[in-house]
Amino acid sequence: MKYMLLIYGDEAKMRAIPKEDASKMMPAYFAYTEALKKAGILLGGDRLQFTDMATTVRIREGKTNVVNGPYAEAKEQLAGYYLIDVPDMDSALSWASRCPGASAGTVEVRPLWIMQ
Amino acid sequence: MTARDDGGSHATAEAVARRSYGKLVAYLAQRTRDVAAAEDALSDAFAAALADWAASGIPRQPEAWLLAVARRKATDVARRRHTSDAAAAEIRLMAEEIESNRASAPEIPDERLALMFACAHPAIEAGIRAPLILQTILGFDAATIASAFLVAPATMGQRLVRAKQKIALAGIPFRLPERIDLPERLGAVLEAIYAAFTEGWSDPAGTEARRRNLAEEGIWLGRLAASLLPEEPEALGLLALMLYADARRPARRDAQGDYVPLAEQDTAQWDADLIAEAETLLRAAGAKSTLGRYQLEAAIQSAHVVRRLTGRADWDAIEMLYGALAAVTGSPVVAINRAVAIAETRGPAAGLAALDLLKDDPQLTAYQPYWAARAGLLARTGARAEADRAYELAIGLESDPAVRRYLQRQRERPEGYRSE
Repeated sequence: MKYMLLIYGDEAKMRAIPKEDASKMMPAYFAYTEALKKAGILLGGDRLQFTDMATTVRIREGKTNVVNGPYAEAKEQLAGYYLIDVPDMDSALSWASRCPGASAGTVEVRPLWIMQ
Repeated sequence: MTARDDGGSHATAEAVARRSYGKLVAYLAQRTRDVAAAEDALSDAFAAALADWAASGIPRQPEAWLLAVARRKATDVARRRHTSDAAAAEIRLMAEEIESNRASAPEIPDERLALMFACAHPAIEAGIRAPLILQTILGFDAATIASAFLVAPATMGQRLVRAKQKIALAGIPFRLPERIDLPERLGAVLEAIYAAFTEGWSDPAGTEARRRNLAEEGIWLGRLAASLLPEEPEALGLLALMLYADARRPARRDAQGDYVPLAEQDTAQWDADLIAEAETLLRAAGAKSTLGRYQLEAAIQSAHVVRRLTGRADWDAIEMLYGALAAVTGSPVVAINRAVAIAETRGPAAGLAALDLLKDDPQLTAYQPYWAARAGLLARTGARAEADRAYELAIGLESDPAVRRYLQRQRERPEGYRSE
């Protein structure tokens, strides 16, 4: 089954981390990504720019409304994702718990909607 | 299916059918993860079994009977191009497999434990786990479960449907968890079973057949878990705990239907066989040297029922066990019970001092047993006016009229509450 691991974190905190410390986080993500590849379950994944880079589009009553900023203001923001293919939810949860984002923030596990 | 209570052959047929039902649902759902389709496929066969078995007796192989009927119904359904094509296909597949294996292995593998682990999976909302197990393993309908859990039937039905959808769509596995996850996952299964039991047990007047029945079903599920996981001490501990409680059921009310507290129950009314079974289970669990919540609670029950032999509960053991349980659970409710035990071992003033440590816990301000315990201990230390106020609060917070009457009698007693 295919699952999306959505990585949420507090952007304010992320920005406050000094550059040297922030670069220390990267090896953990590289190692995790490598492990997903080795297991043959990685379908895709990337880190996202901070939410001030986001632009939101809505069309209401025929009128297109483009707004600067993310969909919703929240304490933790979507920061990246992995798309994986594993046998079941337990396997997805076990991979999610290994993601560095699970210790620094929150990882949401969502099964993909499969078209019949 | 409904939990009818008209006794006799119907009840026997229902009991046997229900045992087979869970096994078949588990077997079917294990392969597709589609619990709803498995239930659909079997519901007609189950209804037919209830009618037929009550009249013509229980078949020698109830499961094979249910499968055969299910297959016939499924064929009918397929012919009419009715709904649940998937269920019909599944039944046919299963029936063919059973047919081809008949000579060598006619037994249907027991996947009920795997189903229970799926129902109590951490991805399933905690509050719906017990209802889900009652429905999938025992075949109770949503309305029956709703009435036991004091929820509107439509709400319960919706929550059950959603939980089953999640099992299918989120890919929740039907198997025993990995060793490393087992203690926590088993904890969730046992908690759900205990919730089913206590929902039945908490029936205040003990008069509602449906809810009393649910306590029995909780014990039945506990027996199932203990028999499938005989090496897990907490599974044995939970079964022991439920059996101790069940053993005392006849003594919980007096002839007038009034509430009788544990310490005042007539030990002659306790069920000696159930107590003996519970003691054996508790010993078997203790031999495995992993202590847990249910074993501790069962051990407390054991220290209470020793009164039938010695005339007095083993309060030293009870105090020690509540101390250990408080360390495991951190529950203020456990701490209240520990304070009551301390009052027995070291006197009411010491018990009251232990209770005082809890008085700032906001959870307890509206908790009847806290105020009842406080009132009883205050009365025994001679603080009449304070005791009276605490009794008033306890009575005001209690919903069961029988318990209210009991507390009122205690309040009017000159010497207050006496435990023994």
